[in-house]
Amino acid sequence: MAWYVDRAARILVFIGGISAIVFIVGIFVFVTKEGLDFVIGPLNLGEFFTSIAWRPTSNNPTYGALALIVGTASVTGFAMLLSVPLSLGAALFIAEFATGKTRETLKILVEMLAAIPSVVWGFVGMSIMNPLIIQIFDVPVGLTVLNAGLILGLMAAPIMTTIAEDALKAVPDTYREAAEALGATRWEVIVKVVIPASKNGLLAAVLLGVGRGFGETMAVLMASGHAINLPTSPFDSVRALTATIAAELGDTVQGGNHYGSLFALGILLFVVTFVINLTADIVVRGIRKK
Amino acid sequence: MFTATRLNRRSYRTQSLAKAVFFLMTVALVIPVLIIVGTLVVKGGPAISWEFLFTAPRDNMTAGGILPALVGTIWLVVVALLASVPVGVAAALYLSEYAPDNLLTRTINLAIINLAGVPSIVHALFGVGAFVYFFNMQQSILAAGLTLAIMTLPVVIVATRESLQAVPHAFREACWNMGATRWQTIRKVVLPNSISGILTGVILEVSRTAGETAPIMFTGAAAFLAFLPESVFDQTMAMSYHLYYTATQATDVPEQLTFGVALVLIAIVLAMNATSIGFRVYLRGLKKW
Repeated sequence: MAWYVDRAARILVFIGGISAIVFIVGIFVFVTKEGLDFVIGPLNLGEFFTSIAWRPTSNNPTYGALALIVGTASVTGFAMLLSVPLSLGAALFIAEFATGKTRETLKILVEMLAAIPSVVWGFVGMSIMNPLIIQIFDVPVGLTVLNAGLILGLMAAPIMTTIAEDALKAVPDTYREAAEALGATRWEVIVKVVIPASKNGLLAAVLLGVGRGFGETMAVLMASGHAINLPTSPFDSVRALTATIAAELGDTVQGGNHYGSLFALGILLFVVTFVINLTADIVVRGIRKK
Repeated sequence: MFTATRLNRRSYRTQSLAKAVFFLMTVALVIPVLIIVGTLVVKGGPAISWEFLFTAPRDNMTAGGILPALVGTIWLVVVALLASVPVGVAAALYLSEYAPDNLLTRTINLAIINLAGVPSIVHALFGVGAFVYFFNMQQSILAAGLTLAIMTLPVVIVATRESLQAVPHAFREACWNMGATRWQTIRKVVLPNSISGILTGVILEVSRTAGETAPIMFTGAAAFLAFLPESVFDQTMAMSYHLYYTATQATDVPEQLTFGVALVLIAIVLAMNATSIGFRVYLRGLKKW
């Protein structure tokens, strides 16, 4: 009897185990399935990647996603300019300098930062940052690359900080002790020993942060201005890939070209995030092997 | 006697400077949390009243309360938990107790990372393609709840796996030596010793689920319904979507009301999060081994 229960449990648990694979394959299959008719049919790949004319609802529809790709890239890039140095700095402080209560408090605050829902961030962008940007920089609109980038930077920071801190903690204390025994200060230990030893983990942290920013939807939709535009300065409004899907999917008919085109954007998002996550995983595995 | 040379003093100064700069960077990251919560409390606080919490919106969302959205969020969270907790715990059990270190296990781990990393709007597209149309659930609490369940599955798996692995291996060996099967060991020794850690993960998942917007926008969330949902096949309002709608789509909504919605949403999410953190700290104090 116990043997049969054990057998059954083993099978059930195994099914649970492979469920993650089933779901990720399922996501790819279903998103591709809904978008496939459009991709092999009306879609012109050249136009998709080089034209900025995203006019899926016009009488003569065009599906140029360049402005959306540039929009996503500009917001994510701006976010990383802010977020990468701050997150790595925060991770270094928490892992190498902070002790006891300070350390616990900072870690909890970083966790709280990660907990704020993206729709609340978007609302903050619209209702707090927008008037602030208009006032400080004396510009007509505040829903811009700057606004969305700042918000996205704060949203991507916790994941980068947490993973970078894990990477720093994974460096054995004996390395630090050896360097300190030679008379190195804490700063010298960090620069000459800890950072070189953990650089793959730090790189993975940055990659996952980029992936997080790239895929963010609600906050970017609400704070970027949602205007099709190739930005020339941080004070321009842009429109992101994710935001386009969120704003337009409700107006489409299943099986139609507009519907299919949004799933085509979805395929692009899925593939890019998959590659980013895979790269991060390979980079981390690199250190384990050594 | 030791006297600091100029070189010593300079490297000490560099160290103090680095420490100060890194500290300021950390503060720059965490200060916005306090500012945001503070602003929401100041601007949204006056909107909170019994009427706000326990009546439906009136006059095109420009007045009244948030009851249907609150109830809807509870429905969605319950459906998502019922679907994802059993699967997530099973997956964590497999990875922690059974899985050999082989290609399959590495693939599972990669799939979990990707499940967490796929953009929320792609999860929404999956929900539309799979649940709403292919499984013909229409736009319903069920379709939205299942989409949320798959999206938050990694939270349960990761938290559960960690608490399972925190149970010392010697406990399992002692049990096996008594002649217990693997499953008996899991049920009588491993799970009882890790249940509170699993609970921490579940609370964290509630916090995530309650705040998500994109995955439910096209799978079951409605802008306005005059009645409360009666079954999982109904559409529903939800707090997160209600905030998006009142902030961007509805017209002439008083600012105070939108801030009120944001305040209630963030209060739910942060309260859950704080419970999870508090629980974890408390458990760490209790650990017997």
